[in-house]
Amino acid sequence: MTNHWIDIKNSDCILIMGSNAAENHPISFKYVTEAQQKGAKVINVDPRFTRTSSRADIYTALRSGTDIAFLGGMIKYIMDNKLYNKEYVANYTNATFIVGKSFKFKNGLFSGYDSKKRKYDKSKWAFAMDAKGVPKMDRTLKNSRCVLQLLKKHFSRYNTKLVSKITGTPREDLLKIYQTYAASGATGKAATIMYAMGWTQHTVGVQNIRTMAMIQLLLGNMGVAGGGVNALRGESNVQGSTDHCLLWHIWPGYLKTPRASNVSLDAYNKKWTPKSNDPLSANWWQNYAKYSVSLLKSFFGEKATKKNDFGYSWLPKVDDGKAYSWLDLFDEMYKGSIKGFFAWGQNPACSGANAGKTRKAMERLDWMVNVNLFDNETGSFWKGPGVNPSKVKTEVFMLPACTSVEKEGSITNSGRWMQWRYQGPKPLGNSLSDGDIIIALGEKIKSAYKNSGTFTQPIRNLKWDYLTNGEYDPHKVAKEINGYYLEGPKKGKLVESFGKLKADGSTSSANWLYCHSYTEKGNMSARRSKQDAPNNIGLYPGFAWCWPVNRRIIYNRASVDLKGQPWDKKDWVIKFAGDVKGGKYVSKKWVGDVPDGGWYPLENPDGSKREDAKHPFIMRKHGHAQIYGPGRADGPFPEHYEPLECPVEKNLMNKQRINPVAPIYKTKADAFATCDPKYPFVGTTYRVSEHWQTGLMTRPQPWLLELQPQVFVEMSEELAKLKGIKNGERVLATSARGSLKCTAIVTKRFKPFKIAGNTVHQVGFPWHYGWRWPESGEEESANLLTPSTGDPNTRIPETKAFMVNVKKI
Amino acid sequence: MSKSFFVDTTLCTACRACQVACKQWHDLPAEETKNRGTYENPADLSFDTYKLVRMREEVIGGKLKWLFFPEQCRHCVEAPCLDTAGDASAIYKDAATGAIIFTANTKGMNVDEIIESCPYNIPRKGPDGTLAKCDMCLDRVQNGLLPACVKTCPTGAMNFGERADIVALAKSRLFAVKKANPKAALLDTDDVNVIYLVAEKPSLYHKFAVASNAAFDITRQVALRRMFTPLTNIVSRLL
Repeated sequence: MTNHWIDIKNSDCILIMGSNAAENHPISFKYVTEAQQKGAKVINVDPRFTRTSSRADIYTALRSGTDIAFLGGMIKYIMDNKLYNKEYVANYTNATFIVGKSFKFKNGLFSGYDSKKRKYDKSKWAFAMDAKGVPKMDRTLKNSRCVLQLLKKHFSRYNTKLVSKITGTPREDLLKIYQTYAASGATGKAATIMYAMGWTQHTVGVQNIRTMAMIQLLLGNMGVAGGGVNALRGESNVQGSTDHCLLWHIWPGYLKTPRASNVSLDAYNKKWTPKSNDPLSANWWQNYAKYSVSLLKSFFGEKATKKNDFGYSWLPKVDDGKAYSWLDLFDEMYKGSIKGFFAWGQNPACSGANAGKTRKAMERLDWMVNVNLFDNETGSFWKGPGVNPSKVKTEVFMLPACTSVEKEGSITNSGRWMQWRYQGPKPLGNSLSDGDIIIALGEKIKSAYKNSGTFTQPIRNLKWDYLTNGEYDPHKVAKEINGYYLEGPKKGKLVESFGKLKADGSTSSANWLYCHSYTEKGNMSARRSKQDAPNNIGLYPGFAWCWPVNRRIIYNRASVDLKGQPWDKKDWVIKFAGDVKGGKYVSKKWVGDVPDGGWYPLENPDGSKREDAKHPFIMRKHGHAQIYGPGRADGPFPEHYEPLECPVEKNLMNKQRINPVAPIYKTKADAFATCDPKYPFVGTTYRVSEHWQTGLMTRPQPWLLELQPQVFVEMSEELAKLKGIKNGERVLATSARGSLKCTAIVTKRFKPFKIAGNTVHQVGFPWHYGWRWPESGEEESANLLTPSTGDPNTRIPETKAFMVNVKKI
Repeated sequence: MSKSFFVDTTLCTACRACQVACKQWHDLPAEETKNRGTYENPADLSFDTYKLVRMREEVIGGKLKWLFFPEQCRHCVEAPCLDTAGDASAIYKDAATGAIIFTANTKGMNVDEIIESCPYNIPRKGPDGTLAKCDMCLDRVQNGLLPACVKTCPTGAMNFGERADIVALAKSRLFAVKKANPKAALLDTDDVNVIYLVAEKPSLYHKFAVASNAAFDITRQVALRRMFTPLTNIVSRLL
């Protein structure tokens, strides 16, 4: 979230699309209903009428996988009716930038496409630069090659007639929603988006979110209270684990995983440190080397020296151009090239797309270690449905982990709030906390490498001093994450904030973003003050701690005008309160939230420009938010492409049916079917309030199983009639990859779509089930049906749109 | 003055945390259920289920509505069940809160008549003939805590407090909700201590959302009858 949970209450219009907040983030509705009672409009767009829809002021349906068409129509509406916030767009976004001549878009392809490699040459999308190396800009927005004009042209095709044909959403509903949402373009108004996996889990996942981010920028909704782009995370600590490098392509704090071509620390830092020639651009990532060196110092301590590149060469590098995501790892495992696997706090036998492939892949392992609260479908895959245990060579070890309440540590929620949690009861039986398991494992590996081994330095030199009285100490780890002064007068003290980190090895920090979370003042995340900030918008700055530097709303420098005064006088986030003399600011002072950089505003009260100011989007190279995003794998503007499996022969928007750079896997287990009469219906997966994730913690819980006892498929009354299916009877769902027995819920909440004149039916399944529990073994994972393809940027799987059949058993 | 609930169905998201919290606080076992082609489960209130969120899909004025009704005992101001039982050791009203409490002594009484007397069809019979239903979490309330269902509700659909405050809250919410929902109404406010706010016709939410017109008249009949039958219950229990 750029904003945070409580801030939802400040919104004037809440779009819930790509998420089902009432069911899957029930507490968020405390703030949604609060906003609604103050007059905010709640809009819900979902293929199926949900518990969220029941509370919305406006609900409409769209076919799964057509969000870019839907939102692209909104961009066109905003442009045609000039509803964008011109002052905001012209000053704070790259709408004014002039795009170079090599950028083109034709027949659904951007310039630079290599059809053999299924890849773009992104250099074709670059901005035109002036003599000083700063992007050329036209603040009047009139230049035909400026981003705003290109945007207008790009989305001119997204008229409501065509959008309606693609999405199946009635035109009058499109217009009503466009009109309601776009009203937030007025100065002082804010609209927010609550999205989740309904947007990310597509072959166009990143571009779904980009389309919305662009709308938020056009309407001036970034950085303001009640605005932002807000991802509702699916677990209490997904944000924290991502910050601390859960994903393969990043190091802690969103530093890059080194590529093989980054042959030295210097080469690595050079490659990933952006350069701006604009004196008004803070270009915060220019500090990259301070953070990467502090991280290496945190890994290797005194063993990391300037002479040995701070141990850079000891760390693994990934091959250039190769992906190592979940989909890729299980693809490799399936092909037999991965021999061992730690399944730690996860249940891939049920949670991953194409679960049948995942289960088969695990049979090809030599060993697997399953670290979890309970045995699950992953740990027991060797005795799962259709598996002959005598034919499986994999040796499986189970390490029982304790639950979250049995250990001390922190979680970071969707709103980036790091909250310290104390230990409740002690771990049961021989279960251990993850920290204790990792430390024990690390010690064992270290002792194995003590006297011999290949490439021993990374193991031997690892600085792991996190024990107190022989036990894992979460405070020591939290302090390490914050970082220490290693030299000078403050040697041994905790660093106050990341502004103090150095690239010379004199500081450590295991995650620069968290530098400020645990200082000499104490554990900031353990604070529990209930006092609000002076602006009274629910920031509660003394409750827990928020990255970066306790800033509760990021990009908040965009919530003020050029003179530093808030667009929204009532629900303001920050405002400049420095002294004025002769029409000029003469002292620096911001009040409210922690500002996104404490520089002077861009203009003085008398309208004169200041040389010592910075553009508000400080994390962007050029200081401007990106309506045009030349860094993405699939294009600088979003474009509608159909899901890899879809019910239409042709993409009505352009000549490419699917995302031209979507990853395609080619094992025997990767079957796909488009417009195949065997699989005529659109399928999607989702969650219910009553279960969590693969249900490992909820299926064995009788009170929750009582509420949602069986895997089901929801379908319209029309489809049920067509297939002769009765409400409540067991049916068989099939896809090109697998099958699933489930109970039919025949409901008015699904309606057939009219897609380009044809009737298209959609059905949906919850993915919380698995054969280990309930005891019947009959309630299986819906991921047996889903395809292993995904987004080309993130490789999140496309489990939200695929093709299935359903029939009576 | 008694305590009252205000159940604002216009804020309910049917997350059913109240249903689970009720089971948890009262340590009630889960029922073995099947998916019946609906999310609503179990199928009905029971000896082990005091609270149940009813979920109804209705097309009203051409628009689909999903109506949620967290059903529970209304803790009637003049409780027909109490009058019917006529035995304060089995069913009594807690003086401080107005909670209508069923005890183990309901076992052996003419429980079908007690069930029949309830205008909201709430009490349920256990395997040994004991009756059970919502007890307002009296043990929590007496210790200064909110009832479990209210404590757990994330949206403000479930509210609890002094009757005068709750009635005022209910009326102010009715006023606000009526602007967009002219059919909105408070249900049986004067007769019950669990006041529901609904936006549509009550019967669409649940058959027993409001008491039938005759229900509280029956109370009077029962009261009258009780004058003549105090011995019947005692005799039947002795047998």
